[in-house]
Amino acid sequence: MSGVTLSSPHLPVQPSVGGVMRGVLLALIPGTAAMVWLLGIGVLINIAVCVAACLVTEAACLRLRDRPLSPFMRDWTAILTGALIGLALPPLAPWWIAVIGGVSGIVLGKHLYGGLGFNPFNPAMVGYVVLLISFPTELTLWTVERADVATTLAAQFGGLGASALDAVTAASPLDGLRTGLSQNLTVDEARIASVFASGGWGWVNLGFLLGGLWMIWRKLITWQIPVAMLAGLGIMALVFWLIDGDRHADPLFHLMSGAAMLGAFFIATDPVSGATTPRGKLVFGFGIGVLVYLIRQWGGYPDGVAFGVLLMNMTVPLLDTHLQPRVYGQGKAGRPDR
Amino acid sequence: MSEYSDITKKGLWTNNPGFVQLLGLCPLLAVSNTVVNALGLGLATLLVLTASNAAVAAIRDSVRDEVRIPIFVMVIAAFVTAIELLMNAFLHELYLILGIFIPLIVTNCAIIGRAEAFASKNSLRKAVADGLAMGGGFGLALLLLGGLREVLGQGTLLADAQLLFGELARGWTITVIPEFRGFLLAALPPGAFIGLAFLIAGKNMIDRRLAARQPAKPPIGAEPA
Repeated sequence: MSGVTLSSPHLPVQPSVGGVMRGVLLALIPGTAAMVWLLGIGVLINIAVCVAACLVTEAACLRLRDRPLSPFMRDWTAILTGALIGLALPPLAPWWIAVIGGVSGIVLGKHLYGGLGFNPFNPAMVGYVVLLISFPTELTLWTVERADVATTLAAQFGGLGASALDAVTAASPLDGLRTGLSQNLTVDEARIASVFASGGWGWVNLGFLLGGLWMIWRKLITWQIPVAMLAGLGIMALVFWLIDGDRHADPLFHLMSGAAMLGAFFIATDPVSGATTPRGKLVFGFGIGVLVYLIRQWGGYPDGVAFGVLLMNMTVPLLDTHLQPRVYGQGKAGRPDR
Repeated sequence: MSEYSDITKKGLWTNNPGFVQLLGLCPLLAVSNTVVNALGLGLATLLVLTASNAAVAAIRDSVRDEVRIPIFVMVIAAFVTAIELLMNAFLHELYLILGIFIPLIVTNCAIIGRAEAFASKNSLRKAVADGLAMGGGFGLALLLLGGLREVLGQGTLLADAQLLFGELARGWTITVIPEFRGFLLAALPPGAFIGLAFLIAGKNMIDRRLAARQPAKPPIGAEPA
């Protein structure tokens, strides 16, 4: 800071990729802290292992593709991808899960398409989906209360399998709801039967909501995608909850469980793979919200944020072409106004 | 004989139906989940392709141009029916596993493609050589993809070999990775697409290395110096 006021024109500083990514990482802190408080140190280890795997893979891909290392290694995108995959993993998942997720995300999701800026799919969600469909058992190792450090280390690095961890693992709220509903229990009965993680997931989602609002305030992301996604999820949940409240959980439960807030503010808002026009963003976000509800309620997996984001990623070229904003002074089809 | 070595090289490598022409991808992707399935369908395709190439070349002078495609299809369908009945009789369990993909050999565009592009214009001997080479190339692609997906998906190779080679082969299974629970993605449909893409990329990389080693022959499409 020189303290000297320069005369106009005052040009805004264009934010760098690295600056935006660092901001997003900062905004992840409250939600991550809530997750660590709820689930234990495993969350942080997952993030660390995943980030390391992403950075090594990024460097290896850049070498293979004869691209310069330092500008891409310093743009923080690989770190953010790693952090998002790490946050999506259950706290007792073995370390190689995080490694495979990071490697798949960077290789399959990013560099095969030409690296940063060219990927049609969200790299973090590609990595997570590879894990989700390849290792269903390892990805259910959620806990109901904070796992102590020794158990976490034994699970992540000691090769303790799912059967050995049976006493500490438990269904996440969405999983418990799903199992309960499939056994013809009502929502309230399922809530009691599966010892829903007593509100803890609500705090996690509040943390991510807080970080997300901060990002909107700092103009790191725009409001359209998160608001539209939460509206899509909320409206679907509200309609079905009003129709039959015994078979469908209430909207607040859906908005405050699973990856709803993390997905809305941090995953769906990826500037590369998401829609870029304002109306496109609204449709993109709303579509994700609706898909998340459909997958949670009737799909084969307890949560649907990853699949919802990937499916809507495919529609982005169409959305951006057909929902372009009208340029001032121009008619609908780009013709000048008369 | 160089003509025949050229035909062989084209079928197995430079014009491989699976890796270069990208024909017949439906069975290639669908039944390449294990080596034995891949080998079963590869052999069936090889037999049909060779026989149909031979038959098409033999009748090529008496078939009018206007009706050639329906006639080729009928020739291919006849051989596929014969293969299907044979597999049903002698390799019944494999027949059940491969299911719809055996009758679907009729629609394998690699086969009608060879009938139209090669067999209808060449002598019987050359058409047979082309059928063997192209069928071999397709089988090779199936086998490589099947091997890749079986190792990654189950950690074994040649599991259930008795389906194809009889009871003696029951113990042929090679456990590549012991106590492996499987990387399920490789066994699922997306794994087929991703695996094929990596194999094609690998082939292109080998080709590029070979071309770089021979500076006298610039690759097709390169700017003349």
